[in-house]
Amino acid sequence: MDVLDLARWQFGITTVYHFLMVPLTIGLSLLVAGMQTAWVRTGDRKYLAMTKFWGKLLLINFAMGVVTGIVQEFQFGMTWSAYSRFVGDVFGAPLAMEGLVAFFVESTFLGLWIFGWDRLPKKVHLACVWAFSLATIASAYFILAANSWMQHPVGVELVDGRPRLTSIWAVLGNNTVLAAFPHTIFGAFSVAATFLVGIAAWHLWRRSDDGPVWRASVKFGTWVGVVAFTGLAITGDVQGKLMFEQQPMKMAAAEALCHTESPAAFSVFAIGDVSRPDCENVKSVTVPALLSFLAHNDFTTEVKGIEDLVPMYQEKYGANYPVDPRLGELSGKPIDYVPNLPVTYWGFRLMIGFGAIAVGAGLLILWLTRGGRVPRGRWFAWLALGSIATPFLANSFGWIFTEMGRQPFVVVPNPSGVDGVWMFTARAVSSSTPGEVLTSLIALTLVYGVLACVEVFLIRRYVRAGVAGVLPGPQPDDDKSDDRGESDKKSDEDVLSFAY
Amino acid sequence: METFWFCVIALLWLGYLFLEGFDFGVGMLLPVLGRTEAERRVLINTIGPVWDGNEVWLLVAVGATFAAFPAWYAALLSSVYLPLTLFLLALIGRGVAFEYRGKVNSARWRRVWDAVIVAGSWTAALGVGLLLSANVFGMPLDAVGDRVGSPFAAIRLETLLGAVAVAGYALVHGAVFLSLKTEGEVRERARALALKVTPFALLPLLVLLLTVQLRFGSVWTWGASIVVALAALGAYGRLVLRREGQAFALMGVAVAATVVALFGALYPDVLPSTLDPAWSLTVAGAASSPYTLTVMTWVAAFGTPAVLVYQGWTYWVFRKRIGVKHIPRVHVP
Repeated sequence: MDVLDLARWQFGITTVYHFLMVPLTIGLSLLVAGMQTAWVRTGDRKYLAMTKFWGKLLLINFAMGVVTGIVQEFQFGMTWSAYSRFVGDVFGAPLAMEGLVAFFVESTFLGLWIFGWDRLPKKVHLACVWAFSLATIASAYFILAANSWMQHPVGVELVDGRPRLTSIWAVLGNNTVLAAFPHTIFGAFSVAATFLVGIAAWHLWRRSDDGPVWRASVKFGTWVGVVAFTGLAITGDVQGKLMFEQQPMKMAAAEALCHTESPAAFSVFAIGDVSRPDCENVKSVTVPALLSFLAHNDFTTEVKGIEDLVPMYQEKYGANYPVDPRLGELSGKPIDYVPNLPVTYWGFRLMIGFGAIAVGAGLLILWLTRGGRVPRGRWFAWLALGSIATPFLANSFGWIFTEMGRQPFVVVPNPSGVDGVWMFTARAVSSSTPGEVLTSLIALTLVYGVLACVEVFLIRRYVRAGVAGVLPGPQPDDDKSDDRGESDKKSDEDVLSFAY
Repeated sequence: METFWFCVIALLWLGYLFLEGFDFGVGMLLPVLGRTEAERRVLINTIGPVWDGNEVWLLVAVGATFAAFPAWYAALLSSVYLPLTLFLLALIGRGVAFEYRGKVNSARWRRVWDAVIVAGSWTAALGVGLLLSANVFGMPLDAVGDRVGSPFAAIRLETLLGAVAVAGYALVHGAVFLSLKTEGEVRERARALALKVTPFALLPLLVLLLTVQLRFGSVWTWGASIVVALAALGAYGRLVLRREGQAFALMGVAVAATVVALFGALYPDVLPSTLDPAWSLTVAGAASSPYTLTVMTWVAAFGTPAVLVYQGWTYWVFRKRIGVKHIPRVHVP
């Protein structure tokens, strides 16, 4: 493999991995903030138990999100140095803003929240968790603004062959990020909601202690889920229409649509190999005219197929890569404008499919637990715990589709933007040796793999232990227990209410 | 404007070295100063609420470099690739270790994470030193800003000196911090250790500064280097007199003067090329457009004071000394 492939694998692995932690952190932190608010307002111990239990799982997960996020901040410079030079004037700003405005708040107030139990006044402590969770959302906005600029570059002019920022408001107000941001946040809430419902339903099935805690969690998760999945469908539809305008090739690749259709049918699933040139012969179950509707809100719009788009792209952006030793094997070769169709086609379907399964499983759990009943069969435990994985998978496949669908570009040309502001992925990579990237790829993948096992082990342990694991009952002989220290701050024996 | 952003980045590095410097030191000294489990928990909890916020200084320093000097960001990170990978792995390991170490009540579990904390802290401190000194002394860059030659080009005598210098500084800084933040036996032990190791541990830093001065120095960076030596001496003296707070503050002066000396020697380059001075990246050549820098200036103008206020508040909230008696009993599933 050459540096380009290695660098892409590394970016893919580290980013998909990072994004397993991110949506859970974003979604769960706001839900925990909501739970703590309920506790502060009502004084009901049930809400305290919820805050502690879900908060602990949030923390276990957040630690992993933070450390894998560090790699992301460095990776552009390390493996994509040519990209960093090309886009630095635009792309670095939202990343730096994320650090300065959002991530500082996140990590500082999280520390205050973890260690501030019984030490800070209740309301100040509550404000800390809100500051933390709102900062995670702000963080997502800046990162998505950066990513959206790669999908749809705006607010720039071309100077000396490099994009130069002319309006930061255009970048932050890019219609692509305005659609991607709510979609991603709803995605995060879908993860957190399913997490709540799945784990709480499992506890109900086990007849664990603290039944009210689990029932309240199922209810809370359900409401969040309803909003999140509805929001996902609506924002996803908006994104589809933007994609039709901004990235016609990605639209065609999502459908593995070989030929232009008018009206265009939406393929539900296909039998056979969707990759070119065989995509012409694939048997596909379709819904007539639906794709036209997804693209342009009516049932007649023409949707361009791959075979018609390729010549258009060749004419606009060149048929061959330039002759440049830095391009390695690709130097002077024809440019393949078609993304990896099996990945885009199936990625798109798996995103929607797993999202739909998550909704179905959620509704089923809800119906099965109606009126306080809980099925006794083992299958119900499997259903509850299994459903947790589905929105994670939907999120991952959504991103894999989005990022693979823009290949061979790393910065996709904006059809109505400034000419020349685009970049091929092949030109973006550093001049590192393959050995270097292979070393980091192997090292990071191994470490991430080990850490994944550790995280799952810990989450399992804390989930099993339930409320008792995080909130011990009163102990008359000793109140120095973790998480529940005495609150007499004047005392000389002032014990930390929480300590590592 | 470019020079202003060069100073901002130096300031961010200063914040990082000052804050995470003692984090590293605490991690490096974990087995030396923490003889019992309770003592080790005392050590870790001195930085528990703050280490993550401290680490963000690094991320912002790197992110700000990307925004303000993309060519610098690209050349430095891609040319110091392998040491940087090791550094990142160390940060990953110790970050997770802090969070996970106390989550299971088992001596073996804690032993493993303690080892990760110690190894990660040493590696990360050495890594920061290597990265910074490779930046100051330069890398073999071509006209584009790509490294020419071996993946190990960053590993040279002078950068190894830089690595040891920062690790030595972190060791002393951590010990002084612990003598300020703990009480009882741990405090005594930290102070005694700081007094014992300071002459040796800070020596590499002074040698590094001398080397930099002889090679790139100007009159005023000489001044900064002398301040480092005086502040270090002062910190030692204050520690002898048991004025730990003042010693810690003087360590801050020392690291501030170190950053001034190093970045001052670097200016107007941001990353010298060891092959041809004409290929060196300069403040003017590597910078983003004036508009981008203006945008970033506005963000920094509002963001930085806010960060200082709420991070300062965190240190205020958790200002008390910690001793073994404060450590709560373990309660985990």
